[in-house]
Amino acid sequence: MKNKSSAFPYGVWMVIFIVLPLLLVGYFAFTTEDGAPTMENISKVGEFMPVLMRSVWYAVVATVVCLVIAYPLGYLISRGAGSRRRTLLMLVILPMWMNFLLRTYAWMTLLENNGLINRFLGFFNVGPFEMINTSGAVILGMVYNYMPFMILPLYAVMSKIDQTTLEAAQDLGSSFVSTFARVILPLSMPGVKTGIIMVFVPSVSTFIISRMLGGGGNLLIGDLIELQFLGNAYNPNLGAAISLVLLVIVLLCMSLLNQFGGEEEMEGALLDK
Amino acid sequence: MRKLFILLMLCFVCLMLSLLVYAELEDPSTAEDYYTRFMGQNISLNVYNWGEYISDGNYDLMNVNAEFEALTGIRVYYTTYATNEELYSKLRGGGASYDVIIPSDYMISRMIIEDMLEPLDLANIPNLSEVGDEFLNPSYDPDNRYSVPYMWGITGIIYNTTMIDEDEEITSWDILWDQRFMGQILMFSNQRDAFGIAQFRRGFSANTTDPDELKACLDDLKEQKLLVQAYVMDEIFDKMLGGEAALAPYYAGDAMIMMEENPDLDFAIPEEGVNFFVDAACIPKGSRRKQAAEMYINFLCEPEVSAANSEYIGYATPITKALELVDEEFAENPIVFPSEEILANTETFTSLPRETNLLLDGYWTQLLSSDENYSRLLVPVMLFSGIILVVGINVYRAMNKKKKQKYYF
Repeated sequence: MKNKSSAFPYGVWMVIFIVLPLLLVGYFAFTTEDGAPTMENISKVGEFMPVLMRSVWYAVVATVVCLVIAYPLGYLISRGAGSRRRTLLMLVILPMWMNFLLRTYAWMTLLENNGLINRFLGFFNVGPFEMINTSGAVILGMVYNYMPFMILPLYAVMSKIDQTTLEAAQDLGSSFVSTFARVILPLSMPGVKTGIIMVFVPSVSTFIISRMLGGGGNLLIGDLIELQFLGNAYNPNLGAAISLVLLVIVLLCMSLLNQFGGEEEMEGALLDK
Repeated sequence: MRKLFILLMLCFVCLMLSLLVYAELEDPSTAEDYYTRFMGQNISLNVYNWGEYISDGNYDLMNVNAEFEALTGIRVYYTTYATNEELYSKLRGGGASYDVIIPSDYMISRMIIEDMLEPLDLANIPNLSEVGDEFLNPSYDPDNRYSVPYMWGITGIIYNTTMIDEDEEITSWDILWDQRFMGQILMFSNQRDAFGIAQFRRGFSANTTDPDELKACLDDLKEQKLLVQAYVMDEIFDKMLGGEAALAPYYAGDAMIMMEENPDLDFAIPEEGVNFFVDAACIPKGSRRKQAAEMYINFLCEPEVSAANSEYIGYATPITKALELVDEEFAENPIVFPSEEILANTETFTSLPRETNLLLDGYWTQLLSSDENYSRLLVPVMLFSGIILVVGINVYRAMNKKKKQKYYF
């Protein structure tokens, strides 16, 4: 902080790899193929409104499911003793050692009509259930892939809650429910916020998952963008416009989130968790 | 002394001249060192091909890339794509540098029109003479200035015999629109092939530019979407082999490979006509190793190499001599090498005009996403109000903060 010149490389890095690309996205979104200014691309995004809404909806559901599963887990890990805590943390991170695509591909084999789960259930004459190519499968894919991003910040925040604080609450006659509501929850709020952002943002812009687990007939906004850049319909201008709209939606959601418990202590939840 | 010098000079000049003449006469095809001339120069080639589209050494067949590396000393970096369109956008997007690509017919002519291909130096590809006459000077690239045929084939319907009635005979594309197979149909995940099927089914040309006809096809495909389990390309191997779906349109060569692994599968060629395609090797603009790339293309045309590739991937080879080298059973397979009759009822995709391409692009995205009516103002207004809201909220917060600070200090 004191020596500003040491921040210079980071500044250059940010300009080249964050600011410039953003400006380029903006430039492409508001120009035609020949570089003439236009609003056509942005207007055209309206055509994909249902896709956009569906993506946001799926991402919200996935985030909520992640939060519900990860919260108790994060608490358990943070209360565990040294070696147990390390093992559990390791187990959370372990799947991330495998490639994202492979993990999703594995779910395909699991969920298929003749897949492992249905075959297993077949032994008990249950099913087969139609699991692959449904919206449930897509959300499952998101929850599975982004779960660690929810658990880790929750764990980080909760491990800072001193055991003595909880004991103090109990000494003062607070029940488990009120300890949770008045001590644990408020203290873990920064982690919840970070977790929500870390899961929601990649979920809303995810691609491939819907193609692999959702059958490719129900595109999400990420697939749509991919289609414009790497897929059949090569149209970077439209792709940039969709990205820009998505960006604004994400910013909007994040700033809405920041309104909750917008006290001073919650500021910079992302930074000092 | 002076005379001797002149004599020596003359001899020298003669020698030089003869060398020059010899060099000019030297034909690369007969040159012994044709394949070895880049040896030890540490050259590498970026080859970009379809997935599962080259013999890689399995099933006791030749490992083509390894053989090429051993023969020439040129390193091959081999990567794959799933659709022509993916290849196209990769090249258009820039940033990637490839030396050899193998697009299909219609994509080749589109790339020629858009000036994305490097003209070939045919003197450097002597094996072009091995290519059968019927594959030379094709409509997509008259004179073979830009491409050398690699493989050819047709499309059709691959189906699981255990999942449809025994006496059901598949003769029409209509079966892909049959309500009975709801959720058991797979469909091409690339627009040209998908629209092609709708076009054949309606009896339109597969290269139609008529917007009304295309709209009709889009409506058909939307109707079909309710029955479709998934839109796939290479994923089809997994799904058909695992018995996930009953019916799927696909390329004959891949269908044959799948049938070998799962005996329940069979292949039918609809009567309305099917697509006849040729995939050919080209050099994209921007290749830095054109001569080496031409050498690679020439190597692909070697009868032994082409025979190995053909047998491995199940597609038909255009190299006449290679036909004698492949397994007899394979050479007589009517799916891989269909009869004249069937071939007469095929149509090749050609490049479409720009407007039609744009229309198709839009239709395709529409098919895969949604087609609900919308207000053109909706998104700009939403975007704008979103920005204002975000800015507003943050300004409000900053003002709040200032107020609070007043109380603190």
